[in-house]
Amino acid sequence: MTTTTASVRRDDTSTTEVASLPPRPDPSRRRPQLGRPLGVGLVGLWLSVLVLLPLAALTVTSLGDGVGGFWDAVTAPVALASLRVTVLVAALVAVVNAVMGTLIAWVLVRDEFPGKRIVNALIDLPFALPTIVASIVLLSLYGPNSPIHVHLNATQPGLWVALAFVTLPFVVRSVQPVLIEADREVEEAAASLGASNWTTFRRVVLPTLAPALISGTGLAFARAIGEYGSVVLIGGNIPRKTQVASQYIQQQIEIDRPLNAAAVSVALLAIAFVTLFVLRVFAGRSQRREEDAQ
Amino acid sequence: MKTSTGARLGLRTIALGYLVLLIAVPIVLILVRTFGEGIGAFLESIRTPAAISALNLSLLIVAIVVPLNVLFGVATALALVRGRFRGRGVIQAVVDLPFAVSPIVVGVSLILLWGADGWFGGLERLGFKVIFGLPGMVIATLFVTLPFVVREVEPVLHEIGTEQEQAASTLGASTWQTFWRITLPAIRWGLTYGVVLTIARALGEFGAVIMVSSGFPGVSQTLTLLVHSRYIDDHNTYGAYAAATLLMGLAVVTLLGMTALDRKRRTT
Repeated sequence: MTTTTASVRRDDTSTTEVASLPPRPDPSRRRPQLGRPLGVGLVGLWLSVLVLLPLAALTVTSLGDGVGGFWDAVTAPVALASLRVTVLVAALVAVVNAVMGTLIAWVLVRDEFPGKRIVNALIDLPFALPTIVASIVLLSLYGPNSPIHVHLNATQPGLWVALAFVTLPFVVRSVQPVLIEADREVEEAAASLGASNWTTFRRVVLPTLAPALISGTGLAFARAIGEYGSVVLIGGNIPRKTQVASQYIQQQIEIDRPLNAAAVSVALLAIAFVTLFVLRVFAGRSQRREEDAQ
Repeated sequence: MKTSTGARLGLRTIALGYLVLLIAVPIVLILVRTFGEGIGAFLESIRTPAAISALNLSLLIVAIVVPLNVLFGVATALALVRGRFRGRGVIQAVVDLPFAVSPIVVGVSLILLWGADGWFGGLERLGFKVIFGLPGMVIATLFVTLPFVVREVEPVLHEIGTEQEQAASTLGASTWQTFWRITLPAIRWGLTYGVVLTIARALGEFGAVIMVSSGFPGVSQTLTLLVHSRYIDDHNTYGAYAAATLLMGLAVVTLLGMTALDRKRRTT
C-alpha cells in the first residue's frame, strides 16, 4: 500500500503508472458524479430485495386477515404461551448474564492467575461455534447420556443453559474494556474514606460500568428471544412449557399456517426492535451526560 | 478497590466454575466422546457420502456468499461513508436489521417472498426454484451475513479519509484506478476480517437455512443440518458428535484466524 501511495504522490510523475494515463477529462464529465448515484441505487436495490422485501412480505402476510386476524394469531393460547416462555427465559438469562458477565470480566481484569489468557480466549467460543453445535455440546453433559446424571433436556433449565451459553460473550466483552479503563484512584479514595468494598463497588464502580452493562445485557436479551439453533435439541419443544416463539413459528410453517407464523414473527421482531431502540436512546442519553460532565 | 485474598479467590472460583460447567466440560466431553472410539471411527463418520456432500454444500454456499458480500458490502460501506444523499440513515438501519431478526423469522420471511405462494412465487412456476433449493439457502445465508463486511470496512474508510483518493484523482486516475490502487489496499485488513466473520457465520448458520432447505441427505443438507438430522432423525448420536466436532474444528480455525488478523489490523 505504501508503495502505491508514494508513487501517486511523487512529483516526478513520469515514472508512475498513474501519470502515464491520459490527462483528466473535463471535470463536469468525471465519472464519480455519474457513478455514485448509480452505486447508491444498486446498493439500495440489493438491500431492498435481500432484506426489506422479505420483511415486507412477512408483515403483509401477518395482516392478511386484518388487524383482528393478527391479534387472534398472536393471542392464540399456545402462541401467547410460547412468547411468554421466550420473554421470561430470555429475561432471566439476561439477568444471569449481567451478574456472571460482570463477575467474569472483573476476574479477567483485576485478578491474576495461571491460564488467564486461555480463559479469556474461551469467552469468544460461543460466538464462533455454530448454534447447533452448542446444542449438541450441552446435550452431551446435560442430556440423556449425562455422565453426571443431570437431565435438563425438555425442561426450562435446559433452555436457560442453552441461552446462557450462546449469550455469554455480550456482557463480558462490553464490560471488560470499561473496567480496564476505569480510574482506580477514585476507588482507592472511596476506600480510604472508609467505604467498604461493597459500598465502593455499588457507589463507584457500578455507575461507571452501567452503560456498558446495560447495553451488553440488552443485546444478550435481544439475541436470546430469537434464538433457535441452540434450543432446538435441548428444549424439547413442549407447547406451553418449553416451546419458544421461534419453535412455534417453525411449527406453524410446517403445518401450513403462514399467517400464524408471520404474526408471531412480527411480534418477536417488535420485541427485538423495542429492546434495541430503548438501548439506543439510553446510550445516547448517557453519552450526552458524559459530554455535559466534561 | 482492594479485595482480600479470600474474596478474590472466591470470585475467581465462581467465575471459573461457571465457565467450566457451561463451556469447558461440555466441549471436552464431546471431544472425548468423538475420539474415544479412535480417530478411525471419527474419520469414517465424517467420510460417509452424506457427510461429504454436506461439507461440499456448505463450502459451495460460502463460495457464492463471500464474493457477493464483498462486492455489495464494500459498495454499501463506500456509499455510507463517502456518499452525501438522503436516506443514508435508512441504509444504516437496514444494514443492522439482520442482527435483530431471529434466524427463524428470516426463513419465514424468505418463504413468504420467494416461496411458491409468495410474492415472487411466479419464478417457481417458471421453473426457478428458490425455496427448498440452493438459491434459497444462499439468500438466507446472505441475509444473516449482510452486516459483517459493511461494519468492518466502514470504520476503516472513515479513518483513512479521502486525501489520498483525491490526490490520485487529481493526478488523473480514474475512479476504478483510485479504488484498486488506493482504497482497496487501505481497507484490506478490515475487509479480510469481515470476510472471516462471514465465512464463520455462513458455515454455522442453522435456523434460517433449515427453514428454506428440503433437507434431503446427500442433496440439500449443509453441515449444520447434518448434525441436526443425525441426532433427531437417525438417532445416530455418535455421528452427530463427529459432525459437530468437525464444525467445531472449523470454528476454532476461524477464531484463531480472527485473533491473528486482529493483531495485524491493529499494528498496520
